[in-house]
Amino acid sequence: MSEVANMAGRLALPERTGAPSNLARRRLVQSIAIGLLWLSGLVVIVALMAVVGYVILQGARVINLEFLLTPPRGGLSGEGGISTTVVTTLYLVVLTIGIATPIGVGTAIYLVEYADERRGQRGIVPLLVDAARFGVETLAGVPSIIFGLFGYALFVSALRFGFSLLSASLAGACLVLPVIIRVSEEALRAVPRSLREGSLALGATQWQTVWGAVLPVALPGIITGVVLSVGRVVGETAVFYVTLGGSHYLPTSLLSGGRTMALHVYYLAMDTRAFDKAMGTGAILVLAIILINAVTNYLSRRLTTRMRG
Amino acid sequence: MHRLWVFVFLAVAAAVAACSSPAQPIQAPTTSVRGAEGLTGRVTVAGSTTVQPLAEKLAEAFMAEHPRVKIDVQGGGSSVGVKSAGRGMVDVGTVSREIEDSEKQEYPDLKVFRIALDGIAIITNSGVSVDGLSKEQVRDIFAGKITNWRQVGGADRAIVVVAREEGSGTRAAFEEMVMGPDNPITGGAVLQPSNGAVRTAVMGTPDSIGFLSFGYLDQSVKALKVDGVEPTGASAASGRYPIVRPLNMLTRGEPTGTVKSWLDWILGPEGQQLVVKEGYIAVK
Amino acid sequence: MDRSMRCLLLAGALTSILIVLLIGLFILLQGWPALRQVGLGPLLMGRVWRPQKGQFGLLPMIVGSMLVVLGATILGVPLAVACAVFLAEVAPMPVRNVVRPAVELLAGIPSVVYGLFGLVVLVPLVRHIPVPGNSGFGLAAASAVLAVMILPTITNVAENAILAVPQDYREGSLALGATHWQTIVGVTLPAAHSGLVAAIVLGVGRALGETMAMIMVIGNSVILPRPLNGNPLTLALSQARTLTGNIAVEISYATGLHESALFATGLVLFVLIMIVNAGAHALMRGGQHERSG
Repeated sequence: MSEVANMAGRLALPERTGAPSNLARRRLVQSIAIGLLWLSGLVVIVALMAVVGYVILQGARVINLEFLLTPPRGGLSGEGGISTTVVTTLYLVVLTIGIATPIGVGTAIYLVEYADERRGQRGIVPLLVDAARFGVETLAGVPSIIFGLFGYALFVSALRFGFSLLSASLAGACLVLPVIIRVSEEALRAVPRSLREGSLALGATQWQTVWGAVLPVALPGIITGVVLSVGRVVGETAVFYVTLGGSHYLPTSLLSGGRTMALHVYYLAMDTRAFDKAMGTGAILVLAIILINAVTNYLSRRLTTRMRG
Repeated sequence: MHRLWVFVFLAVAAAVAACSSPAQPIQAPTTSVRGAEGLTGRVTVAGSTTVQPLAEKLAEAFMAEHPRVKIDVQGGGSSVGVKSAGRGMVDVGTVSREIEDSEKQEYPDLKVFRIALDGIAIITNSGVSVDGLSKEQVRDIFAGKITNWRQVGGADRAIVVVAREEGSGTRAAFEEMVMGPDNPITGGAVLQPSNGAVRTAVMGTPDSIGFLSFGYLDQSVKALKVDGVEPTGASAASGRYPIVRPLNMLTRGEPTGTVKSWLDWILGPEGQQLVVKEGYIAVK
Repeated sequence: MDRSMRCLLLAGALTSILIVLLIGLFILLQGWPALRQVGLGPLLMGRVWRPQKGQFGLLPMIVGSMLVVLGATILGVPLAVACAVFLAEVAPMPVRNVVRPAVELLAGIPSVVYGLFGLVVLVPLVRHIPVPGNSGFGLAAASAVLAVMILPTITNVAENAILAVPQDYREGSLALGATHWQTIVGVTLPAAHSGLVAAIVLGVGRALGETMAMIMVIGNSVILPRPLNGNPLTLALSQARTLTGNIAVEISYATGLHESALFATGLVLFVLIMIVNAGAHALMRGGQHERSG
């Protein structure tokens, strides 16, 4: 409470200093300030509506079943639809999440369930664990183009995978790994200790406890992290720009290149004059993100009710 | 409720996946002049955005005759073509300029095939009143020495220079033929990563000027006369138009199989006919 | 079974370290030739970037990145913090339930869509400013786009920080006769100050790392950004190029020393972000000393 006393001192309230009351003036300042705050909220809404609204409205004009089901003609014309890009995006999501989730969730499980007991001990494993923590923190702050650079240098060039789904999904997995680890860790830590202790008390091994008691409870949180990563992959451009190539054809193998919807928006905007199709693709992207957001919100609400229940 | 939407989305996506297929070319008769039926394989092409539309047309026509062949064309710029072909990351690299000595040194296995010639047009925004420039004027504008349209007979407006980034073959050819070694393009130019982006930028920016491959010319931008010569396929072929450069395809080592068939086809009568039809100049 | 699962999971954790190490190692190794041959000084302070002539000066890109992030910070941070305060302290529930999801939605929009919007709407808008040489492409449009992009990040984290301030603080202040606004300014915000700094740093980090949207609207000129005429404010209309854009536009064709220089650009970018993070940590620690004293 001395905190507040310090701060109140800074406020120099006249009631304490004995000066005539300036309540009216302070109220006026407050009204202006609160008015400005409302304005800021309004501006944010307007900004959102401007961007999202414009893209969806412009894009809706070109979206029809044909747009979704025909492949893009590629090249200069910007003719055609976006079917191959949608499928490529799906392929990429499945591959990237498929690679990143086992590693990410596994790491989180280890960090939460197994590593803590060794804290403070000497030896190589705790050292590695600290290194892993530091690594994840650093990775989270790295800009996506660096992942693209790394992916290009290692997967596309050095390992000779070329511009392909393989290179892109490996680079993408590195990108979303920190997110999955972080969210999974939080979800696992949120599971009450009593659950673990109860399971162990009943004679289960540590792994049995993790698999049978902890994971099921943490699952909605983990899935939230996965869904967040899906959103990241769908919206990401820089990483895939330098690892996937720009082919508008459907990838036929792991070593084929392709184009995600986000990349298609970029190529349409820069190479062709088909801004309407770019808007259309952008609109589909935004709708996909809205959907993914809704799913994430639903899952996290389920998680919190579960925890309370 | 939300779960329902997820399933709907997945179902739609699955339907899209099931229904989509790469562009089906028109079914031409399967007997070609060379009788090379039953060709299969996948050819990857990357490089110059100048060559890109031509390469796509050549690919489409070839795939019409050989439906089991798949040719994949991407852009990126001429230097991407050199690097990708040189390192074997793609089967065919495309460039819109000559190969440099340093590149020959770095990739000694590179084989060069000239498939066409192309002119570089000087384009301006449609609102610019000037109709033609001399080559020296073009050079001085792009070097930043002439900065206002009134200095070349136009309105009193500042010139906005649009150019390509350094990996562009079009830029390299332009620099070699117009700018010369002592006149770098002004650092204040707006740089775009492809011919298409240059066209879009010039189309939308008043008082702008840029350079563009002939294959990209259309109504949206104004093409200037250079030294009094109109930028057309005919004037370029006859040699009157001063800014013309070769379009090359590169392979790593001697081409074989489907790649060889395609390249032979391109250099043959059918391919060259298509080159002319698309507005480029055939190599005779 | 238990032991094998434990080993498997450890392996998973180790993969994460491996990735970080690999990334760091690769970029360092690939960038080293440029650092050695060009030299750190000329690389960082060189004003000319013409790879074909062997000139690798990153200063225009460093300045470009910093200016566009500065512009985005000036435009976006006050708005974002104000919005966070609005959501945490002022907005009634129904309004909050509209604005908060709106902010979250803004956070998820792909950067390429922002770039498209900037290209189609903002660049022509900026072009209307009657300054000779104004092409619409440049710092102004790019800062505006970036500001909208970092807004949701900052607002989210700042709002959480403000909500985390104990209710006692507010109640104590109000009990002493302060108005709500005085409480916000004098008590709540200072108490949330480390979280606010964290929010801003996160936003700045995101801004420094943005690539595709920047390529589409900033003009990519390799020149040091400069005012277009006598008026220094026209600096905002100058074209520029960011460190991120430098990498993305040239990596697919760069070879040899040029390629190495691009990796060095990545290193510079990385170091820049670390400096921002470290500066923020210092700020936060300074704040803590002040309060515990």
